[in-house]
Amino acid sequence: MEWSALGPQLLDATGQTLYMVSVTLVLAGLIGLAVGMGLYVTRRGSILENGPLFTALNLLVNFVRPIPFIILLAALGQVTESVVGTRLGPNAAIFTMTIGATFAVARIVEQNLMTVDPGVIEAARSMGVSRWKIITTVILPEALGPLVLGYTFLVIGITDMSAMAGAIGAGGLGDFALRLGYQRFNDQVTWAAVIVIIILVQLVQFFGNWLARRIMRR
Amino acid sequence: MSPSATADTLVSFRDVSKVFVTGSKRRPRTVTAVDSVDLDIRRGEIFAVIGYSGAGKSTLVRLINGLEPISSGTLEVAGNRVDGRSESQLAPIRRKIGMIFQQFNLFTSRTVAGNIDYPLKRAGWKPEERKARVAELLEFVGLTERAGNYPEQLSGGQKQRVGIARALASNPELLLADESTSALDPETTQEVLGLLKRVNRELGITIVLITHEMDVVRATADRVAVMDSGRVVETGTTAEVFAHPRAQTTRKFVSSVMRTVPRADEIEKLRREHPGRLVLVDVTDQNRIGDVLSDAARDGVSFNIAFGGISILQSQSFGTLTLSLTGSDESVDRAVESLRAVTTVREVSE
Repeated sequence: MEWSALGPQLLDATGQTLYMVSVTLVLAGLIGLAVGMGLYVTRRGSILENGPLFTALNLLVNFVRPIPFIILLAALGQVTESVVGTRLGPNAAIFTMTIGATFAVARIVEQNLMTVDPGVIEAARSMGVSRWKIITTVILPEALGPLVLGYTFLVIGITDMSAMAGAIGAGGLGDFALRLGYQRFNDQVTWAAVIVIIILVQLVQFFGNWLARRIMRR
Repeated sequence: MSPSATADTLVSFRDVSKVFVTGSKRRPRTVTAVDSVDLDIRRGEIFAVIGYSGAGKSTLVRLINGLEPISSGTLEVAGNRVDGRSESQLAPIRRKIGMIFQQFNLFTSRTVAGNIDYPLKRAGWKPEERKARVAELLEFVGLTERAGNYPEQLSGGQKQRVGIARALASNPELLLADESTSALDPETTQEVLGLLKRVNRELGITIVLITHEMDVVRATADRVAVMDSGRVVETGTTAEVFAHPRAQTTRKFVSSVMRTVPRADEIEKLRREHPGRLVLVDVTDQNRIGDVLSDAARDGVSFNIAFGGISILQSQSFGTLTLSLTGSDESVDRAVESLRAVTTVREVSE
């Protein structure tokens, strides 16, 4: 195998991984934020306390989260096909990745929001601020630093998912490493993919830490 | 409206209770945090509520702005019923009530100016008006140079001053101060209490001050309510309550700052040193204890001051003396009777 032929393939694979990870991050990031906020505001003693809704959301999250991603890919094949039109390729992978990641995002959002000092929320209530405004102008800004770190952590998890999605022909670095490296007993090719992933993750972590530090002024 | 509530009543509690239900749904337990409270807080005064922790005072103050809904009774603020209202119906009432907290509860994601600006923004003030108001408030609390700092860069006293400025932002009629100096050292406490007095005197804002420190009451309050196990056990002007504490809890609080009544171990020592009959006598401006005692001396009773102290509060003297009276049983009895005619006399208990 020639590196002159592999080079462009590695570049393509990197592009596909970046595409899958960033689209998933945006979709799961937003839906997960909503679900996580839902968990946070409906729990006992919170500002929109709602026992049945909390229980339903909590069950849903606990139901999906423990499913290993590779199994989720297979199990959702039918659903993916009817929604995306195909079981294969990056867009099919993005669909399943979004579902898997949404619930992880939800938990991380919930946990980070719970670190917000209840006294600060009480102060906002004492000013006559509406509950929706308390969520958007108090709780989210107060939890922003830890949220950025949580999302950074998730990028790594989503990258991990995208590698597994290589198994269903989604392309990307996982596919590159498996098909051109592992299956051909070429460790160098596998390691090339590993190094690119390490660099991507480092960059994301670096940026996330920098951003969180700026927000938290530390 | 109850007959005792008048035009200058700002907050009125009528038979107000607050019951918390804790524990599981199957085995609920109830805790009565506020128990059948009747209270009138007048416009323009500094009203203190004192009690030990768990007495229900923090809950009581949270009922006023509806942070906790009352369980029964009626509660009015400036003529508006607070009970039975939804969170959104409470919003306009809350904008007229500022609140400050023991832990300050400043927004860590906002600067000093941002914290003070926040309630104005939410209340829909115009940007230029907000800017002017924030500058004015920073000036009032003496933190103009700190406008761009974040809360973690401030000392405790400065944080509470930001809290006060933020609470005053939308021109409230009433300020609720929940243990506002409990996290501060004595010197900073005086500084914050001084600021609260200015808020009251210069801006005419009524203040309800929750505390467990009698010193805070003495330094600031016009009137005080003493709470114990959810009940208001005593209410009166600060001078009255200091001079004539009636409830047991009140006596304990008064003696915590006015060590004029001997403790049990001290009583033992007093008994050893003073063979006479020991009585506790309250001293105020009005009573003439000296006259009674000189009459008693002529009757063959000699006396000694064994313990006690007299202090001045809001230009009134008050205190308690422990007297040791010696003489024939009948003459000592007569002396005690004459003292009872002019003041409160208690036997020193075993």
